[in-house]
Amino acid sequence: MQIAVNIAVLASIYALICCGYVLIYRATRVLSLAHGELMMLGAYGLYATASLFKGHPLIALAAAAGLALAVGLAVYAALMWRMTGESVLAAVLATIALGILLRGAMMLAFGTLTQHPLRDLGWENASIGLPGGARISAVGAALILSTGLVYGGLFAFLRGTRWGMRMRAAGQNPLLAAQRGIGLHGIYALSWGLATFTGGLAGMLIALDAGLESTLVIIGLKAFPAALVGGLDSLVGALAGSLVVASAEVLLIQYVDPLLSDVVPFFVLLAMLVVRPWGLFGTREELDRV
Amino acid sequence: MNVARSSGYYRTRYGEDFALLDTKTQKAWCAVFVAALLAYPFVAGPLALDLANQVLLASLGAIALMLLTGYAGQISLGHAGLLAAGAFTTGILFKELAAPFWLTLPAAALAGAALGVIFGLPSLRLRGLYLAVSTLALHFIVIYAGGEYETRRGFSTGIIVDPPRLGDWALDEPRAWYFVLLAAAAATLLFAANLLRSRTGRAWRAIHGREAVAAALGISVHRAKLSAFVVSSTITAIAGCLFAYYRGFVSAEAFSLYLTIEYVAMVIIGGMGSLLGALLGTVFVVLFPYAIDAAMNLLGLAERLSSVVFAVNYSAFGLVMILFLVFEPQGLVGLWRRAQDWFLLWPFKQRPLAGPR
Repeated sequence: MQIAVNIAVLASIYALICCGYVLIYRATRVLSLAHGELMMLGAYGLYATASLFKGHPLIALAAAAGLALAVGLAVYAALMWRMTGESVLAAVLATIALGILLRGAMMLAFGTLTQHPLRDLGWENASIGLPGGARISAVGAALILSTGLVYGGLFAFLRGTRWGMRMRAAGQNPLLAAQRGIGLHGIYALSWGLATFTGGLAGMLIALDAGLESTLVIIGLKAFPAALVGGLDSLVGALAGSLVVASAEVLLIQYVDPLLSDVVPFFVLLAMLVVRPWGLFGTREELDRV
Repeated sequence: MNVARSSGYYRTRYGEDFALLDTKTQKAWCAVFVAALLAYPFVAGPLALDLANQVLLASLGAIALMLLTGYAGQISLGHAGLLAAGAFTTGILFKELAAPFWLTLPAAALAGAALGVIFGLPSLRLRGLYLAVSTLALHFIVIYAGGEYETRRGFSTGIIVDPPRLGDWALDEPRAWYFVLLAAAAATLLFAANLLRSRTGRAWRAIHGREAVAAALGISVHRAKLSAFVVSSTITAIAGCLFAYYRGFVSAEAFSLYLTIEYVAMVIIGGMGSLLGALLGTVFVVLFPYAIDAAMNLLGLAERLSSVVFAVNYSAFGLVMILFLVFEPQGLVGLWRRAQDWFLLWPFKQRPLAGPR
């Protein structure tokens, strides 16, 4: 029972991070390897707002989430729009370079000490007992809840709203979409904004749970195999992939070797790439040359 | 090679099209350059010598990556993993069997070739982004295997490797290292240059251009891709072996993702598809942190920021990489060629569309 709970929490962490990879890839065909750093930036945003709005934890959370959205838009406006139409390698490298820049900047601005935003917000991480003898931390429960909310919101947004329809159109065929009067830069910026928002949310929740330190970036990097396993352009796939990767990781750690934790997602990824490179739910596509 | 001369230069034999150095001026400059390289260790101080050694060592890996990414067009984000494979092969053979360097070096090369096949196999099915991701996954697996060996055998801080010996003489002095590394780098450069004007090199460029056309021309795309991976990773593993001996120390932490990114940056900053670019990029990336350090000293920021030098380096490196990607995708070679054109073509600005290029 406890294992099932652990899998659920880890899968929702991965899923919450993954939808950022999927949103960006689906709209702009770029794999953002700066996602881990953007998550961390979101978490530092919470750390900053927590001290700014002392005693109003909910306002601080909302402000930090808004900040993350703005950061995503800014990243697109400042750097990534120049990479539209460039080769795959150039765009991926630009995100890697952005990640390095952000990591250095965050070390300069916030230092390298572990921070505890939960304490700054004045909350306790209570442990909740579940039927069946399992326990889950309050933040873990919040993680699962917010993953559900985020995915529900994203599905509703992509299916039901005009902007969501535009985003799907731009992802399917940018040329046709542009000719029908859809402003691609607006759509791309929005997808970067949303991705950073969800990633930032994941970063904040992980930081609330486990403290804010540089390992957050590694969690971000470990989540992208989940996105690939599910299929890089499918949100349902991101959920399924997260579940697969998280169960593989938890079970192997439990029964084989705890040291495996950092490589399990990559093993799963390699197996998937050999069998079905476009992922569980992804669309098969003619992959771009360098 | 293939540079337009200002005037009065005509090739009259086919052999001249293949020559690595085709004019007397080029040969003379090359001789001067070689003489300068040979004289360098006798005038340089200890720090300058160490920097030169680092540049020479890194140039092996950069040339290897340039062959793979710049010429054959296969993205790899697993370069640090291959370096680690070479270094760990050396370290493990040294620790377990006390093997001398004339055994560890070929063993590292073999391990590199074998890993090259493994890294290359996904390239037969995958392209672009997915290939990059699969090499990235392999990087993590190689590093994990190395770390696992360290912890299982109780070398959790790393493996210490003694300097290579030949009889009584040990290679432990920076000046001797300089000549060894210079010879290794020169051999690699010559090998790469020769390979690129052979059938294999032409096949690599063809699959870079477009795979379907290359196949129509009678090139075995699979063989060309695998050979690119094998050649590149063999050179890289040899570089890893030399790295292990030069540092005298092997540990999994030294081969992080950041090292891969540094090598990719060398290729990008130097300029894709040019061996000169690989060398220029290596010099730039290796010397960059020292340049930042010197600049901070000069500005008097060193005391205030001494605790965060690392962070400053990091962000400056990311910034420079972004600037190159956005404003000069051709890299340093692009800058160099543009300067050359400016002088060669003056008073005109543009190259003619047809004719020698």
